[in-house]
Amino acid sequence: MSFDVNEYYSKLNGGDIVMSFKGNISSELISNVLEVVESKMDEYNESSKIRKKVYNVLVESLQNLYHHIEELPDEMNKEYESKFGILVVRREENMYKISTGNFISQGKVDVLRNKIDKINSMGKEELKDMYKFILNHQRLSEKGGGGLGLVDIARKTGNQLEYTFEKFDDIYYFFILDVYIDFSQ
Amino acid sequence: MEALSIEGTAKTPSVKFDGQEGVIEIKGRSIPENSIEFYKPLVEWLEEYSGTPLDLTQVNVQLEYFNTSSSKCILDVFKKLEAIHKGKSEVIINWYYEEDDEDMLEAGEDYESIIRVPFKMIEIVE
Repeated sequence: MSFDVNEYYSKLNGGDIVMSFKGNISSELISNVLEVVESKMDEYNESSKIRKKVYNVLVESLQNLYHHIEELPDEMNKEYESKFGILVVRREENMYKISTGNFISQGKVDVLRNKIDKINSMGKEELKDMYKFILNHQRLSEKGGGGLGLVDIARKTGNQLEYTFEKFDDIYYFFILDVYIDFSQ
Repeated sequence: MEALSIEGTAKTPSVKFDGQEGVIEIKGRSIPENSIEFYKPLVEWLEEYSGTPLDLTQVNVQLEYFNTSSSKCILDVFKKLEAIHKGKSEVIINWYYEEDDEDMLEAGEDYESIIRVPFKMIEIVE
């Protein structure tokens, strides 16, 4: 059976949700999400440290989606917008959890999986060195992505990047990334 | 040469590049999706300024947030400043970070280790 995106999304929507979204990831959407989450964090009286970390991770997560989402073929456009992604920001007892999801074609799964596994295997200093190396040696793509987003998220949270690839059909997988930001930093 | 002045927005910083005073300022948030477009005029301005720089150029960078897309463009700006510093004139980069913002301090230190220009890390205490 293929992965049910909508069912997954509604399951995610339990508990203390700060923000959730499903649909077209545009520049305007990113601005709106940031504004909403920022004002929610004000209401929660979060420390400036947590606010900054959550904001930074949110920017990178959403812009990763924005830069890397694949345009979906017409037959999928009936149900999913062409730059379809999901976002759920939860506030739990000891942490924020930021979940994103997007379709990825089968051929790109291994590269992404290897990249995340490599990041997860690195300690603080190694991540710093990797960040500086990419910063100094890799050019920005035309789309504006720099390949630094995931490294930056890992550095700022100090946590493993949790992910799954759910099989959707013969061409697409649905990639889900969960990022945790602990309150005790 | 003419000063470069750009108002800040929710996603882009305010910019004041003053060639008469030798003061260069970038302040606010730098989180645009397309950072190359935003930073292009800044790099071009510095290219022109590097022809006749003042004896001392003070650079003030006071960012609340910046995304990884901007981080490469900021490096390009610093590389232009490095070229000026390599010549006869002096450049100092003042990197401001808010109290407790270790990530921003660390980001400044990352640049300091790549760019051969003196950095001053300045903590903003509220």
